[in-house]
Formats: sequence, C-alpha cells, structure tokens
Amino acid sequence: MKLVAVSAGLSTPSSTRLLADRLAEAAREELGNRGRAVDVQVVELRELALAVAHHFVTGFPGPPLAAAVDAVTRADGLIAVTPVFTASYSGLFKSFFDLIDPDALTGKPVLLAATGGTARHSLVLDHALRPLFAYLRAAAVPTAVYAASEDWGSGGDAYTEGLPGRVRRAAAELAALMAARPAGEAPEDEVTALERRLSDLRFD
Amino acid sequence: MQFGVFSVGDVTPDPTTGRTPSEGERIKAMIAIAVKAEEVGLDVFATGEHHNPPFVPSSPTTMLGHIAARTEKLILSTATTLITTNDPVKIAEDYAMLQHVADGRVDLMMGRGNTGPVYPWFGQDIRQGIDLAKENYALLRRLWREDVVDWEGRFRTPLQGFTSTPRPLDGVPPFVWHGSIRSPEIAEQAAFYGDGFFHNNIFWPADHTRRMVQLYRRRYAVHGHGRPEDAIVGLGGQVFMRKNSQDAVREFRPYFDNAPVYGHGPSLEEFTEQTPLTVGSPQQVIERTLSFRETVGDYQRQLFLMDHAGLPLKTVLEQLDILGEEVVPVLRKEFAVGRPADVPDAPTHASLRAAKGGTGA
Repeated sequence: MKLVAVSAGLSTPSSTRLLADRLAEAAREELGNRGRAVDVQVVELRELALAVAHHFVTGFPGPPLAAAVDAVTRADGLIAVTPVFTASYSGLFKSFFDLIDPDALTGKPVLLAATGGTARHSLVLDHALRPLFAYLRAAAVPTAVYAASEDWGSGGDAYTEGLPGRVRRAAAELAALMAARPAGEAPEDEVTALERRLSDLRFD
Repeated sequence: MQFGVFSVGDVTPDPTTGRTPSEGERIKAMIAIAVKAEEVGLDVFATGEHHNPPFVPSSPTTMLGHIAARTEKLILSTATTLITTNDPVKIAEDYAMLQHVADGRVDLMMGRGNTGPVYPWFGQDIRQGIDLAKENYALLRRLWREDVVDWEGRFRTPLQGFTSTPRPLDGVPPFVWHGSIRSPEIAEQAAFYGDGFFHNNIFWPADHTRRMVQLYRRRYAVHGHGRPEDAIVGLGGQVFMRKNSQDAVREFRPYFDNAPVYGHGPSLEEFTEQTPLTVGSPQQVIERTLSFRETVGDYQRQLFLMDHAGLPLKTVLEQLDILGEEVVPVLRKEFAVGRPADVPDAPTHASLRAAKGGTGA
C-alpha cells in the first residue's frame, strides 16, 4: 500500500516534518501488525513552494509538482500536517490542496495533524482542517493530532494522553481504514474511464 | 499543411516603453499583421473574439471581411468563435456572409470562452458551458445544412420555418475546428462530427497535448469518420526569433516577464522548457516545431501567436518576415518528408466543394 505524508513545515528541520514522520512511522507499524506492507512517501511542500505559485500563474504544474499531486492522488492513505499560521492552516498548505482535483480525495483515508507554538490553537484541526477535507469528501479519521511546543517535552495528564499516545491512536485509526480498503485494486486507466464517459455523451 | 498566425487582440502596454496603443491602433495593427501574413506566404490568419477590455476583437466578421478585401489567398479564421454566448443563428448568418464576401476563404474555430462575466452579460451561465456548446453547435450545423429549420432547445427561442441567409457559398458550410485545452468533451464533439480539433497548446506541456489529441483521433475513428490518422489536427505555437538566439532572449524577456497570461510566474527558461514557447534563432524554432509531429502525429494546421504581450507592430512584422522567409519554407519541406500520402490536408472550401460533387475545385 502507499501512504503519503504531506508536510507544510517551512524550517529545516521542522517540528511539522517531525510530527509527519512520527505519524507515518506509527501508521507503518499498525499496518504491519495487520500484515500489510506500506510504502511511505513524504511530500515536503517547502521544496514545491515556487512550483505551487507558478501553477497558479500558468495553470499547469511543473514536473516535480505534478509528481507530488499524482502521489497524493494515488495514495491509499494520506497524512496531512501543517503548522498553524494566523489561526489556521498555512497558506502554502491550502495552496497545495487548492491544486488537487476536487474529486481526487473522495473516500481517501486522511489523518489530520498540526503543529503550533501554543496548545491554544489546537482546535484549528477541527475548525479549519476538518472542513477543508470534508469538502474534498476525504475520510478523515476521528483523532487528529496537534503538537504544541510543550508536547515534545511532556507526558500526558489525568485528562489527556501525551503526544505518543495520540500519535498511536490516530495512526491505528488510519491503518484500520486503509486496511479495510480493497487491496491491490488496479485503478481504472484514466483514458479508458474517460472513453467510457464520453461514449455516454450525445452530440446530435 | 497550413501555416498561419492567430491573434488574441490584447491591448497591452509595451513594457519596454510603457506605451499603450489605442484600440484603433491595435485593430489596424491586427489588420496589418493579417495582410503581412499573406505577403510572406502564410496560409491562415485567425482572430480571437472577446467581449471585455483589454481585448479589441469583439466583431470578428467585420475585421475578417475587411481583410478579405485586401488579400487574395489567405484563409480567414477565428480563434475562437464563442459558440456558448453567441446566438448560433447569428454565427450561421455572419460566417455564411463572410464566405460569400471572401470567396470561400473562411473556416471557424469554436471555443467556449473562459471569461466568467461574459456569460451573464450575454444572458448565459458558465456552468452550462459544455451544454451550450453542444446545443448551439448542433443548431448551427442544421442552419447551414437545411434550408428551412424547425427547432426547439433549452437555451434559445424556438425557430419555426426559419431560413438562415445567405445560404453557405456553393451549399458548402465552412469547415469547423473545435478548440479546447483541457475539456475532453470538446475533443469528443470534434470527433463526433468529424470536424477538426485544435489544441491550443501554447501554455501547456507536451504530454497533455499528446493525450488530448490521441483521444480525439481515437474517437474520430470510433465515430466512423476514418482512421485515427485521418483526423484533422491543429496546434498552436509561440515564438520569438532573432538571428542570434541570445539577442532573441534579451529582446523578448521583458515582454515575457510582464505578459498578461504567464508573466510574473516561471522564468522564460522554465517556460520554454515546459511549453512550446521558443525564443531563439529561426533554426531553433524550426527544430522545436518539427518536434510537435512526434507529439501528435502528422497534422494539418500550425498557427503561431506572434503579436501579444505588448510587442510593437514593427517588431511583429519583422517576426513575420523571418517566419515567412526562413522558417515556414523549411517546415513545409521537412513536414512533407515521411508524411504518408494518404494523410489528408486540412479541408478548404475547394476541397469540400469537390467532395460534395459540386462544380469542381
């Protein structure tokens, strides 16, 4: 199976990428426990920032961006991680998903995650990311993971699990959805699908 | 194979001088470009159709009628005629009239137009774009082919006992191309009717062009018009040339960097790598254009965009000299090499009349 993690972190190294890697690794383990081998690919949006802007201007993606969009579109599962900027996902994160066909993520298992300097922004996951992926008709898993700076150096408390526990829970939910999808289903060749649709058109 | 130029008709400031031509100057410049096209041995001039600034050509048949009077061999065409927002009755009348005025030197390229407000300005809805293109074109075909039409549809007042006048010259409707960049439905429409398909590839990577043209060719055969290689294909191109390629790059770069469509985006180098834009020597343009055949197979019409982004008329006319004298003669010769004899040419009024069994070519 193919799992793609999209990271919109801007610094190198970034805590957003770190969270994406932790989530991907946990999902790989969970899928492994279910006897499913998974191939993980990380898409770093920082490297595609100019290409994303150029696509808006020219209307078509350059080859590296086209490859990233293709990877996301074909993935069996997706992990989407953004830093919180100005009370929402970052502009680069939104711009990348603006370039994906609105139907491409329909029914795709997606794990939502975000990073920020303070835990006070954690509801960004539910008031910004979740509606975006609801619009795209993706199957977002119930647990979304927010990592504030302090989460990297603290455990859980009486009310909530620590970051590793939340990462495991979210990854298990993603793995369950991915594993439930039909394995090895050959996607219908794009052109064949198109021809079938065109045959239904009538012009006279 | 036909070679020509197409103009968007944009009024754009020259970024090197800051000067903006008046609408009148731009219209006269388009006419001068068309006349020059014939003079340097090109086959086709096509004008865009727009209904919003900064574009001037809202009334293509007025302009083409004038050009018809000032030329003798040039085929007059459009790029594109808005099949969505124009009344198909008016298209039928205007272009049949132009056929008579121009002695048959007329064809059209249908397009939908992608300027949102133009649809409501003309009483239509952009979300119905494909359906408008289908219904309006089906009516247009009947108006040209049937003397008396009874018709009812979704988008236009019904017609009862209507005759579109004048009737097409020699009873032969103008040949129609369908232009599209990314809508497979339009490739299907062209294939369904056995019309031409023009892929305006100038802002698109070759792989996309290949898939769209292949689709059209296959569907052309499915609809029983012949083999895939019998389908009628046209492509766009965009070039700027000087004897030395460095001079071409230096001169064109400010126009590229500020161009309305793609300016302020990728670099000239990135854009030339990813799209058909070629800025360099005539030899580079020849090699690049010949490579289009590898993408789409032997094709019938090659149109170049030469006059946009604020290039002054004087420069455009120099470019046409180079195109007509140094580039197109070589392209004609080279494209003919290895081209199977049974690959058709683009239909003309004469060939369509002959095929109809009329008064001979």
